[in-house]
Amino acid sequence: MYDVIIGLEVHVQLQTQTKIFCGCSTAFNPDQPNVQTCPVCLGLPGALPVLNGKALRLAIKTALALNCEIARFTKWDRKQYFYPDLPKGYQISQYDLPFSANGIVEIAVKPGLVRRVGIIRAHLEEDAGKNLHDETGRGRDSLVDLNRAGTPLVEIVTQPDLRSAAEARQFLQELHLLLTWLEVSDCNMQEGSLRCDANVNLHVSKPDGSRVATPIVEVKNLNSFRFTEQAIEHEVQRQWDQFQRTGKTIKDAPKSTRGFDPDRGITYPLREKEEAADYRYFPDPDLVPVTISDADIDAIRAEMCEVPSHRRGRFQTEYGLSTYDADVLINQGRDVCDYFEAVARGCGDAKQAANWITQDVLRELKERKQTIREFPITANLLTALLQKVHGKQITLKSARDVFGELLVSGTLGSSPNANPARIDEIVAAKGLAIVQDDAALDAILTAVVERNQKAVGDFRAGKQAALGALIGQVMKQAKGVDAQMVRQRLIERISGS
Amino acid sequence: MDWTDFSTMDLLDRLRTGELTSAAVTAACLDAIDQSNARLCAFLHVDRTAALAQAEAVDARRQRGEPIGLLAGMPVAIKDVLCTQGEPTTCGSRMLERFAPPYDAHVITRLKVADAVLLGRTNCDEFAMGSSGENSAYGATRNPWDLERTPGGSSSGSAAAVAARMAPAALGSDTGGSIRQPAGLCGIVGMKPTYGRVSRYGLVAYASSLDQVGPFATDVYGAALILEAIAGHDARDSTSIDCPVPSYTATVEQPLAGLRVGFAREHFAEGLDAEIAAAVRTALDIYRSLGATVVDVSLPHSPYSIAAYYLVACSEASSNLSRYDGVHYGHRAENAKTLVEMYSRSRGEGFGAEVKRRIMLGTFSLSSGYYDQYYVKALKVRRLIRQDFDRAFESIDVLAGPVTPTPAYKLGEKANDPLSMYLGDIYTISANLAGLPGIVVPCGFTTDRLPIGLQLLAPPFEEERLLRAARMFERATDWRAKPPASM
Repeated sequence: MYDVIIGLEVHVQLQTQTKIFCGCSTAFNPDQPNVQTCPVCLGLPGALPVLNGKALRLAIKTALALNCEIARFTKWDRKQYFYPDLPKGYQISQYDLPFSANGIVEIAVKPGLVRRVGIIRAHLEEDAGKNLHDETGRGRDSLVDLNRAGTPLVEIVTQPDLRSAAEARQFLQELHLLLTWLEVSDCNMQEGSLRCDANVNLHVSKPDGSRVATPIVEVKNLNSFRFTEQAIEHEVQRQWDQFQRTGKTIKDAPKSTRGFDPDRGITYPLREKEEAADYRYFPDPDLVPVTISDADIDAIRAEMCEVPSHRRGRFQTEYGLSTYDADVLINQGRDVCDYFEAVARGCGDAKQAANWITQDVLRELKERKQTIREFPITANLLTALLQKVHGKQITLKSARDVFGELLVSGTLGSSPNANPARIDEIVAAKGLAIVQDDAALDAILTAVVERNQKAVGDFRAGKQAALGALIGQVMKQAKGVDAQMVRQRLIERISGS
Repeated sequence: MDWTDFSTMDLLDRLRTGELTSAAVTAACLDAIDQSNARLCAFLHVDRTAALAQAEAVDARRQRGEPIGLLAGMPVAIKDVLCTQGEPTTCGSRMLERFAPPYDAHVITRLKVADAVLLGRTNCDEFAMGSSGENSAYGATRNPWDLERTPGGSSSGSAAAVAARMAPAALGSDTGGSIRQPAGLCGIVGMKPTYGRVSRYGLVAYASSLDQVGPFATDVYGAALILEAIAGHDARDSTSIDCPVPSYTATVEQPLAGLRVGFAREHFAEGLDAEIAAAVRTALDIYRSLGATVVDVSLPHSPYSIAAYYLVACSEASSNLSRYDGVHYGHRAENAKTLVEMYSRSRGEGFGAEVKRRIMLGTFSLSSGYYDQYYVKALKVRRLIRQDFDRAFESIDVLAGPVTPTPAYKLGEKANDPLSMYLGDIYTISANLAGLPGIVVPCGFTTDRLPIGLQLLAPPFEEERLLRAARMFERATDWRAKPPASM
């Protein structure tokens, strides 16, 4: 038996307009290489970096959301190595005094089991450029695109607290949700805005009760949730096979690095450096250390919205939603959650609001490829509609009719739908109002019973099905009336007379 | 009318009134370069047409009555470590033999705004690493006072150019004395401003926490003028300090009353040439005669300054010079088979011996296992050196002393003895480690007719005090009035 031990290092590109140490654009632009560059991010002789304050603020926001402690004093260090995509021969990063450390992220791995994933540190650094190698096999020159060089990155390092490939995936998804929610990163994995390295090994229980660890493997550069999960799954199996075959433990082999081949679903060894890399970190003399005051942190905290994990909990306690419904809403992002809360508060029936949004609204959004902001039925309008259901003015079925009607007129671009009066128009036009006038309903009931004596007799003889036809006739005449109520009144009348 | 007959103040007055045109002064400088550069090897690149065009443009604007900048068309020579858009900026290295930056250094922009004429690029030790000029890949500059001798370094060409009156002023850079030491050895005025006073943007880095751009001039007024033009905050340099720049030229002629001049016991220890010691003592007497009090102070950590300096400077250099890898610009070795071979051959071919030595020293001192022992310890010594100065400046206004332990030595004399050459920086590097401003003024000659310089240091951002104290001394002596006879 063994436990799987996983720690992640996640690189997240911050959503700044300009690079971390110069004014160049951070836009993703692979088709026009080396146009978003200047002497600073090209590493030209004499050029000097200047910190983009926005990048630091977004980084602090990220760290606060990860429940990290924020350092009051932080500095920049040079991590030195030679690589063609690194124009200065060093990366400006943070070594011994990162701007934040000691955080925690909770993920509900299964009902009743919350995994607390420790965050060792989160630090800010610049991204490198991109090497483009000739993949035709004709041995042409490699090219370097420095558009990305200098893009601000936050590197988040977790404790080895994750226990399965699925948990690793779930952690990344939660991180993705959190960072997009806070608008600190677009987390676009295809464009490399969120990349992950996974450190994996096994703690094997031996028959004598002792435990040994297998050598640690770092799987580099995983750029999708699925690949991360697949790579770890493969790595777990591979390490287990290898352990059974060789018995090698962490004491027998140093940490090694592997890549992941998504086509074959396997990890493969990356070329090992002959000796351990010595990055010769030292403080960057071109940059001044940064002091962060309590007031700075308070200001950033003040502009932060409620984080998804908190809101998810509140949806359950405050509105009584199921974990499932709360998850569905949270995963849609802030706008849908705001929409939900407006409708839930306005109509007084949160469960009803959640049902409508998770089913009807989300289905329509998907079909129409719209965001909630573009959706013709505003929160105001849906609130008015659900109020009518809640107040028993129309039936649930009629409400769906009206909803559909509002969408049609909304699509056609006719009179603006924001006005709840439009609902009344539709209800009136289609005669959907629940008949409240007992005298009128009585008259209809009387007429239907008199006209259908055979069915009445059948029902009295115990043929339950006979009632259906009677209900149908009443409903046809009294539109918008509640079928359940009609059924009740018919039974009373037939049994009573 | 020969511009070399005038003090900088008089030259500037004549340029402003048009009594002398910028074109005439520039042409005279270009002629002097034509005449002497083959012997002196002070300039690496001169664009005669461009320089004259700049000069004529300034003259034309003055003639039209338009306002002209602070320098009024005065030619200034530029050390080849300062980026100038579209002009070769070699740093005295084969590595950047064909490199022309796409942008101007901040100080170049400031000179252009001030209507200086950029006269040409001056020779220097490769990447400003050296004290004799012999580390230039393009030949050693010679001292105008004795062509067999070094003009000092690393701003060798700038110092020699001003000393030989090929230019009335020049820019240099000073990381461990590279302005002050050649100024002293060439008998001119040179100044290193406070760290952060002048933007380093566009100064090709040697050691970022020590480098500072500063002026060379034939007199103190000239240094004040150039400094006024280039000093001030620049948002592109995070280490540039936002602190107002006084008009140095407006106050430089005003003597300082009640000046307290200090000298450090440690500066008169073993190894100091007797003639230099005597000249400096005479200088202190002159200050006394001008009403200053002369105070003996102690800088107890100064013996450790050379070790601390070479650790800090080489560590930073090893990192700063990583960018010269043959990939993006600069020299690339031909026909390399692998990436690593391309790196090692490009760097092996592009860098000279001294640069390689310093990169290796710095790489070693930053290596894991040695970092605390060398780099971190050097930083601690650096703080102690700064504290020595802070304490000394509680009782004195300026610190006076020698610039170099010996006068200009013969080219080749120390070329194979780097340690002895490093020891020549003993009096200058403390100011870089402590970030202080320093100025050098001529204070005499040896019996061999070699110039001797007097160095004055002041607390941070007291450049005005330094210039006024230097000017008091200059006015009381006439060393400045004697350009080298050989020219």
